[in-house]
Amino acid sequence: MNFTVSPENEGIRKMVREFAEKKLAPTIVERDEKELFDRSIFDEMGKLGLMGLPYPEKYGGGGMDFVAYAIAIEEISRVDASTSIGMSVHTSLCSWPIYKYGTEEQKQKYLVPLAQGIKLGAFGLTEPNAGTDVGNASTFAVKEGDSYLITGTKVFNTNGGEAEVEVVFTKTNKEAGLKGMSAFIVEKGSPGLSFGKKETKMGIRAAVQREVIMVNAKTPASNILGKEGDGFRIAMTTLDGGRIGIAAQAVGIAQGALDHAIKYAKQRVQFGKPIATQQGISFMLANMATKVEAARLMTYRAAFNKSNDLPYSKEAAMAKLFASDVAMSVTTDAVQVFGGYGYSREYPVERLMRDAKITQIYEGTSEAMRMVIAGSILR
Amino acid sequence: MEIVVCVKQVPDTTEVKIDPVTNTLVREGVPSIVNPFDKYALEMALQLRDKHGGKVTVISMGPPQAVAALRECIAMGADEAVLLSDRAFAGSDTLATSYTLSQAVRKMGNVDLVICGKQAIDGDTAQVGPEMAEHLGIGQLTYVSTIEFDGEKLIAHREQDEGYDVIEAKAPLVVTIIKLAMDPRLPTVKGTAKAYRMEVPVWTAADIAIDPKLAGLEGSPTLVKRIFTPERRGKGEIIQGDSKEAVDALVDKLRQAKIL
Repeated sequence: MNFTVSPENEGIRKMVREFAEKKLAPTIVERDEKELFDRSIFDEMGKLGLMGLPYPEKYGGGGMDFVAYAIAIEEISRVDASTSIGMSVHTSLCSWPIYKYGTEEQKQKYLVPLAQGIKLGAFGLTEPNAGTDVGNASTFAVKEGDSYLITGTKVFNTNGGEAEVEVVFTKTNKEAGLKGMSAFIVEKGSPGLSFGKKETKMGIRAAVQREVIMVNAKTPASNILGKEGDGFRIAMTTLDGGRIGIAAQAVGIAQGALDHAIKYAKQRVQFGKPIATQQGISFMLANMATKVEAARLMTYRAAFNKSNDLPYSKEAAMAKLFASDVAMSVTTDAVQVFGGYGYSREYPVERLMRDAKITQIYEGTSEAMRMVIAGSILR
Repeated sequence: MEIVVCVKQVPDTTEVKIDPVTNTLVREGVPSIVNPFDKYALEMALQLRDKHGGKVTVISMGPPQAVAALRECIAMGADEAVLLSDRAFAGSDTLATSYTLSQAVRKMGNVDLVICGKQAIDGDTAQVGPEMAEHLGIGQLTYVSTIEFDGEKLIAHREQDEGYDVIEAKAPLVVTIIKLAMDPRLPTVKGTAKAYRMEVPVWTAADIAIDPKLAGLEGSPTLVKRIFTPERRGKGEIIQGDSKEAVDALVDKLRQAKIL
């Protein structure tokens, strides 16, 4: 057993922390306040090699493992959870299914520019009436000549409207249930593809989530991932990996809140001494640190398994379930440590608390995580 | 263009703690960083390389853990790194340090430019760069902010208190760099992977033909009598009010103090 992160991955942590503190921290307050999505951030991350970390160099990636990827998401989330969700959806949910299920031609055409950060990726699964109940999706694709015509609406689509490449899930056979789903690579600018309203949200406000509207959206037949009927399996395995990203995001948000709380507790003097020396606060900080550490270990474990071709579906679900609860509780406690200042937008912990909530919801709610875990342990 | 950049690993703090007994830096518990001026030196070197080709090698003299500073430079884009580390180098003052670094540059041979930060933020002597030029018997340009290279000669801006000098010079040269107009580049994933996968060579005294009388404590004539943080004299005062009132109040105070 070895719990040590490799020097190389610690190097990635150091590198990403420097990027986050120099390039994200100075603007996140304004981007959160005004709900600004800043594409130039992703362009810069692409140049640094952060948009394709876990993919081979021959596909434009960084050639690192999924632990490095989890660490990078964690470090960005520590400062700016809006940017980390854009990166996570791009990397885990859009690039990965192309890497895993795409043809060599699809990889050259789509994965390479995605991994280089020249193009931004999105993932279209959720519909108004198909959240956790993925099989209830009503988006449909019909084949016509050498194209598919896709009709339907996807909602809460992260990077939607900004992304050049989107992996979209549709039914191709309405009678076949989950086996009637297929996955397509859809390009921005396709005829019949448009974007609806941008969500106004509680947290991750500098990230963009939009409606994606397809009315006979024309997609080349060669853009199908795998074959007709593979869609549900592609969606589920993709989300298994995506959960490592969300777990890492939750760990980063919690670590950010903990770091702020520790610093503040050392400075804030009440009753003649720093509140960190009051047992009520120091024990709270100790509990927070313990939870963050446990969540981090579960997350790295899932990432390690994914990197080493070991099963990771249950591990990733457990990591996301636990880490997202930790993010919620640790950020709430951080606000408590700050007292009235914690509730004020003058300090960052209220933002982290708002950002934390979504980690219990997207890429599978905590309830869906329990379904995955129960399904695994009760087999 | 073959460029050597000299970097120093320094404690990451603006107020360095000094051991009152030994008069040396307290390093325990203080995170280490690459001296910020050396990062500007590296940025300058990388720009010259990107424009004119060649190779950038970073060197540092220090304990084995100083390899972290060299890896950071590789992550930013330096091509090669060498650590000069030997117990014989311990206790070096600026003269012995510059001698040791110069011996490493000599061993490399064919170096066009040696670029250093203008000074390190811990010792603040600004002596090592100029002393290296003396040891190597080549020219020096200090406090440089820009370098243009036309294939033969360098044209540099040397900062002065008022304005700057424009200086033409020929390689080989030692150049010391001030804070540049742009930030040093950030490390990349590719650079980071290279930095942690590579073996950084360690050169000892024997590798660079060091004369023991000129290196380490023995080669260091400097005697440190005392180092201390000057105590703050008096309290600062912030004058409130709008700018006109505040300026009037400030002028009054300066007059009362007979400064004006």
